Amino acid sequence: MVDKITVHNLKCWFGKVQSVKNLSLAVKENEILGIIGPSNSGKTTFLRSLNRLNELNPNYRQQGEILIDGKNIAHGNPEMLRKRMGMVFALPLSLPMTVLENVIYGPKRHGIKSKKELEELAERCLRAASLWDEVKDRLKESALKLSGGQQQRLCLARTLAVEPDIILFDEPCSGLDPISTAKVEETMIELKKKYTLVLVTNNVKQASRVSDRTAFFLMGELIEVAITEKLFLSPEDKRTEAYITGRFG
Amino acid sequence: MNAKKSQKIAFAVLLATTLVVVLPVLIIIIVIIKEGIPAINWQFLTTMPSNGMRSGGIFPAILGTIYLVLLSVIIALPVGVMAAIYLNEYAQDNLLTRIIKLSIVNLAGVPSVVYGLFGLGLFVIFLKFGVCLLSGALTLAIMELPVIITTSKEALSSVPLSFREVSLSLGVSKWQTIRYVVLPHALPGIMTGTILSIARIAGETAPILFTAAAFYIPRLPGSLLDQIMVLPYHLFIISTQIPNMPSKLTYGTALVLLMLVLTMNLTAIVIRTYFRKNKKW
Amino acid sequence: MRRLKKLRDYIIEKMIFISGIAAIIFVILIFFFLVKEGGSFFGEYNIKDFIFGHFWYPASDSPRFGILPLIAGSLVIVVGATILAVPLGIMAALYISEVAPKGLKDLLKAGVEMLAAIPSVVVGFVGMVTLVPVIKTVFGIPTGLTALSGCIMLAFMAMPTIVSISEDAINAVPWNYKEGALALGATKWQIMYRIILPAATPGIIASVMLGIGRVIGETMAVMMVTGNAAVIPSGFLESVRTMTATIAAEMGETVRGSSHYRSLFAIGAVLFVITFIINFIADTYLHKNKE
Repeated sequence: MVDKITVHNLKCWFGKVQSVKNLSLAVKENEILGIIGPSNSGKTTFLRSLNRLNELNPNYRQQGEILIDGKNIAHGNPEMLRKRMGMVFALPLSLPMTVLENVIYGPKRHGIKSKKELEELAERCLRAASLWDEVKDRLKESALKLSGGQQQRLCLARTLAVEPDIILFDEPCSGLDPISTAKVEETMIELKKKYTLVLVTNNVKQASRVSDRTAFFLMGELIEVAITEKLFLSPEDKRTEAYITGRFG
Repeated sequence: MNAKKSQKIAFAVLLATTLVVVLPVLIIIIVIIKEGIPAINWQFLTTMPSNGMRSGGIFPAILGTIYLVLLSVIIALPVGVMAAIYLNEYAQDNLLTRIIKLSIVNLAGVPSVVYGLFGLGLFVIFLKFGVCLLSGALTLAIMELPVIITTSKEALSSVPLSFREVSLSLGVSKWQTIRYVVLPHALPGIMTGTILSIARIAGETAPILFTAAAFYIPRLPGSLLDQIMVLPYHLFIISTQIPNMPSKLTYGTALVLLMLVLTMNLTAIVIRTYFRKNKKW
Repeated sequence: MRRLKKLRDYIIEKMIFISGIAAIIFVILIFFFLVKEGGSFFGEYNIKDFIFGHFWYPASDSPRFGILPLIAGSLVIVVGATILAVPLGIMAALYISEVAPKGLKDLLKAGVEMLAAIPSVVVGFVGMVTLVPVIKTVFGIPTGLTALSGCIMLAFMAMPTIVSISEDAINAVPWNYKEGALALGATKWQIMYRIILPAATPGIIASVMLGIGRVIGETMAVMMVTGNAAVIPSGFLESVRTMTATIAAEMGETVRGSSHYRSLFAIGAVLFVITFIINFIADTYLHKNKE
């Protein structure tokens, strides 16, 4: 498999606080890369540097290179970048509009006008997010009436609708019950056939269940990255072992 | 025990002073309603003044006020909302932003009669619009700006940051994010602020004294460059400048003006309360 | 399509920027036009005689443009209205934010908002028909159109500003201040004047400054109840004429470009500078309160 995302010597600061320290890492095409680590280990900052969302914070500074398909993302237009790199946030952030409007929000802004086309797209994306059967009769209802798990899959469908090739998950199940979590995880595994996925999670078990490879972050540094099975069964670093066996974090 | 007693006395005094502050409002409103109601009838509201304004109606003044206020808000609203968008969504914390904020505070504090002088200097004389509806509306529009900017900015900043992040993460541009996510959710707040600013402007007299208002015009305003009669100025004229004015008509005019302004305020408050209760996030 | 969208975004964002700096532009324009119309007045009339001259006879054959009586008139009104409004306003703010039960609180707040909403010409009219005759009979003077009437009316007009901004300042006092003191067994009233009032002082000062700004700039109401005699008053029971009332009353009678006309713009410039300073101070205190 080829490297989809390559990160070289990434350093990130918020004001004077450095939250990512000299990090190099590659994500392969059509894999799920899990990123685990205690809070404040720089996982989310790393994730948001990939789609340049950190730049919204005026105090943010960054060094190093991030390449996607071999192209440095700093040179391109952030809107084009974000379009091909979807993001699902920690809390289910439905926009306060109907279910359908949520899904077609992105494509509409990108210029698709035909109502039929939009509706077909919505159905396709809701199916891909395994939500279609639950909401097909509620498309005109406010998205905020859906359950937390449904909303999170709705957010996923909304992301799919702009046709990205990479999807970033920022602790997508932190607010969900076990059943909803299982549904979201199933969907993720289904999605990797077509997409490249990066999953940041606080939940070590989740990483072991879904990711192909797993990276362990600590204090802004990459401690170790390996095939998930290997990382969990025979970690090279003592700190990794300590974390996954639950001794800290 | 002693401390409790002094607290009781203190609270009683505080209550008394609060009533001194608030009760006059009630008195003003009651007096005007009681004395003004007999003057109100269909003819008073829809006919021209006659007999040197000592009889007849106040229709041109009502119409003039409505024209003036609507025109001024049409001018001020886009500029005010865009200024609020700039301050809330684009401005960085730098010297320019601080100067803008200071300017807004200062605009809000400029005496209304000074606005009148400014409007006279810029619109009436320099731009040669003359004393007319347009000059008055432009003057009032600038006066409305600080209120519209401040309340709109507040409304914009109450829209959660996460909505913006979601939209941006989908590759939607910053302006489109503002247009389709931020603005719709700030709309009730912007509406409230705008109506409040209109209500304030509708009662202003000093800024239009030398820019728009006419003592008496025997016909209705037909174009932007016509002089107009307006309610507050009309009230000023008939209560101070016209001897033997029947007091019924003066009170009636005051009542119409007061009701116009209070209704707008009430509308704004209702909108605010309604949307606060139904806020979806 | 994409380039078109980019162009549209670009144009809109430029418009947003221009609107953003519109406030600065307008402040400059206001000052510019006051100076443009009024500045040349000082070419022919000494600025010292203008500000310190005792006589305002703009329409006489040998006109005198001394605005000291007008400044004194404004000052008398400001001092009187402030003395009345500040203690009342602060006490009302304390009561509304700390003592009043929820329902009454909303009612009182609505009352204060209504007071702010009443047009100044209506306030002036009501003052003319109610307060002025009362003052005339109580003090046994030939006319009730006095500085005192102006002070009372303007105290009411400054009240909403003082009450609502003081109230914000009082509400902004952090809860842990209050809870700590309550735990020590202090009564609510003790907390209010020992802890809350001192902590809210910067905001209260700001509210007073803004209230004063409102009084200085007020035109119609003051013109309708003070009698408008342009002489330096020696007490509150005399008729006075403020700077604002002078502009409003006389601009209509002047010939465009005459000395009288330009002198009124010069008064406007003086007012502009005074209110600018007052607002600047108020803003500084408001920011202090936020920190």
